[in-house]
Amino acid sequence: MKSLAELQAIRDRARAQVSLRENSDNSIRVLVGMATCGIAAGARPVLTTMVDEVAKRQLNNVVVTQTGCIGICQFEPVVEVVTPDGEKTTYVKMTPEKALRVVNDHLVNGNVVTEYTIGANT
Amino acid sequence: MRELSLNVMDVAQNSITAGASLIEIRVEEDRKKGELVIYIIDNGKGMSEEQVQRVIDPFYTTRTTRKVGLGVPLFKMEAEMTGGDFSIQSKLGEGTQVRARFLTSHVDMIPLGNIDDTIVLLISCNPDRDFRFVHQVDGAKLELDTRQLREILGEDVPLNTPDVVQWIKGYLQEQMEELLQQGGAST
Repeated sequence: MKSLAELQAIRDRARAQVSLRENSDNSIRVLVGMATCGIAAGARPVLTTMVDEVAKRQLNNVVVTQTGCIGICQFEPVVEVVTPDGEKTTYVKMTPEKALRVVNDHLVNGNVVTEYTIGANT
Repeated sequence: MRELSLNVMDVAQNSITAGASLIEIRVEEDRKKGELVIYIIDNGKGMSEEQVQRVIDPFYTTRTTRKVGLGVPLFKMEAEMTGGDFSIQSKLGEGTQVRARFLTSHVDMIPLGNIDDTIVLLISCNPDRDFRFVHQVDGAKLELDTRQLREILGEDVPLNTPDVVQWIKGYLQEQMEELLQQGGAST
């Protein structure tokens, strides 16, 4: 059973790691479009996969969050990755499988998955 | 939408945009009556009577990237398709309540789908807001209140800490299994 005591243990562990997360200037931001268009196109499983995979791999420098409609509804689900140097990559027509590869190749190893980007899909 | 839980995610986004600090999501299933009622209640900035009339119009939206806003109209249509009903109550400065009632035996009923995923994502993507989630099946119910979690976690461990998110996910899953057992026993 998941208990509140377990949550206390998580808190104590997280506090010990706080210094790792504090450095938000060095963090990679992942934005998943979650407006009506994105959700209808299947953005939720993409976002869930991203959140789960980042947790599983303990990528403390990655922040996964949602964003609204950025105006390219025909390309949803859209995922934007913003690296600390300000470089933005826009991935389009995402699926949970593609999301896994973006975590692997881009977030962990720093290689943009060119074939999924908006530039390769227009 | 393929799942009503996706509509919940979408409509809850309006509450976030409205600056709500607390968003309550209630899912009430009555399997004997064949009814499902979903509430999304927030303490955001609310809407005037005129605005309430307009949000059910697909050609009304507050965003600027597109001229259509389909979130609320879709949700309303999906409820009415099953013979159910839909209402919005709102007061400027106090908040908004969206209620949709579905008749589950209707052929056009869209399944609720994975409501837990919706809740987990809403919490993890909006760690500065509080969420209260109540899921009732027949007589039994489960409850999750982030204000309670926050009390345990303290101020320095945010709700979107990966381990916390996974805990919430596991907690909802376990509670739901138990709930279905209880609910199943009573019918």
